[in-house]
Amino acid sequence: MAEGTAKAEDRQFIPISFTLNGTTQQTQVEPHELLIDVIRNRFGLTGTKRSCDVQVCGACTVLVDGRPMSSCTTLAFEARGHEVLTIEGLAKNGKLHPLQAAFIEHGGFQCGFCTPGMILAAKALLDQNPEPNREEIIHFMEGNICRCTGYKKILESIVAAAKILRSPGR
Amino acid sequence: MLRRFRLEEPETVKDASALLARYGEASRIYAGGTELLLAMKEGLIQYERLINVKKIPGLDRVELENGVVRIGALTTHRSLENDPLLRQQLPAFGQMERNIANVRVREMGTLGGNLCFAEPHADPGTLLMVLGAKLMAEKTSSKREIAAEQFFVDAYETCLEPDELLTEIRIPSTPRRAGVAYLKFGYLERPSVGLGLFLAWNGADTITEARVAVGCAGPKPRRVEESEGLLKGKTSKEASALLGRAGEIAGRAADAISDLHGAADYKQHIVGVLLKRAFQQILQDRSSKA
Repeated sequence: MAEGTAKAEDRQFIPISFTLNGTTQQTQVEPHELLIDVIRNRFGLTGTKRSCDVQVCGACTVLVDGRPMSSCTTLAFEARGHEVLTIEGLAKNGKLHPLQAAFIEHGGFQCGFCTPGMILAAKALLDQNPEPNREEIIHFMEGNICRCTGYKKILESIVAAAKILRSPGR
Repeated sequence: MLRRFRLEEPETVKDASALLARYGEASRIYAGGTELLLAMKEGLIQYERLINVKKIPGLDRVELENGVVRIGALTTHRSLENDPLLRQQLPAFGQMERNIANVRVREMGTLGGNLCFAEPHADPGTLLMVLGAKLMAEKTSSKREIAAEQFFVDAYETCLEPDELLTEIRIPSTPRRAGVAYLKFGYLERPSVGLGLFLAWNGADTITEARVAVGCAGPKPRRVEESEGLLKGKTSKEASALLGRAGEIAGRAADAISDLHGAADYKQHIVGVLLKRAFQQILQDRSSKA
């Protein structure tokens, strides 16, 4: 074995400061800790779901500076200096985000397990491209898997939300 | 679950190389982590130290210099997909980047990391071979240039020395009378077969250069000179009639293995199909430009 074996007694703690759903948080994490575990276990935000654990399904999607990330395969220290948004941070003053409202109105889910990831991925898409066509939505959302149903209602929900988000006076 | 490891965060390539030299096989470079962390979570590989290279400045740029596109090894797939310079200079490369995995993987994963991990079911290596790319490797005391064809040694194995880092990918701009296509096929998250084709013509419609590479099907991507030889020196029409044979040769050369992504003979067959389609696509692009 090479020198410098990481023994239990020389544990490394990395102080990090980041924004979680608009609130600045300061904490320390070990290098191997995953973002999903810090979000769920330390901050109690269980809307972020662990499912495939291999970056295929999208259930653990969170937005880091607006970009979709798999929190199951992102080291927690990487949140350092960034803004993390989870599904809990989307509603403002008790008012649902148009994407959340559209998923309810159009029945964009059944069991709901994939929904936080679906909605956050869709938010990233619409923030980057407010008027995506059908193909662009499908291509962007390809990495978010729903095992209950087809994707028609999800697609309809995103199209409807995009329309609302584009409407003047919003 | 990940097992505990220590993190190093060097700010220069030299320091990163020195750390690799010091800690040897107990350490590994960490960039996007999209493949490394999966393998570590599965317990397939363990490291006592990860060396985060993302604090090293200047390795995430895309620049054009003297007809060569220079891509920093830390550039993410997502930024390559959206890069205006790439779109203009190397559209086939931008297109390949757009279709890697899913948007979350593209946001985290880097081109350099993808190449260095050398997972067989990956797209970029195959395309870089037909584009004539050179990979720049650096360590404390020296720098060298490696042709894309020489880079991959086996599945998960590259020719990088233990203390060497990949810093840049250099791709010559595609000449005016030339076309490039990269096609892939698969029904799982990763491709079963990938195929890259580069063709250049002279003014008289004779193919002056042909480059064929196959990937994903076997342990590593590779050029297929025998298929290239069949197409070179022919007119488009003559070459078109030889595609079946060129595809069979490329299929055998792919060194296909039977696995969850398909049986070996099936993958071999797909190589031939993709070669024909890639050829057609390049001809179509060419006639729509004319």
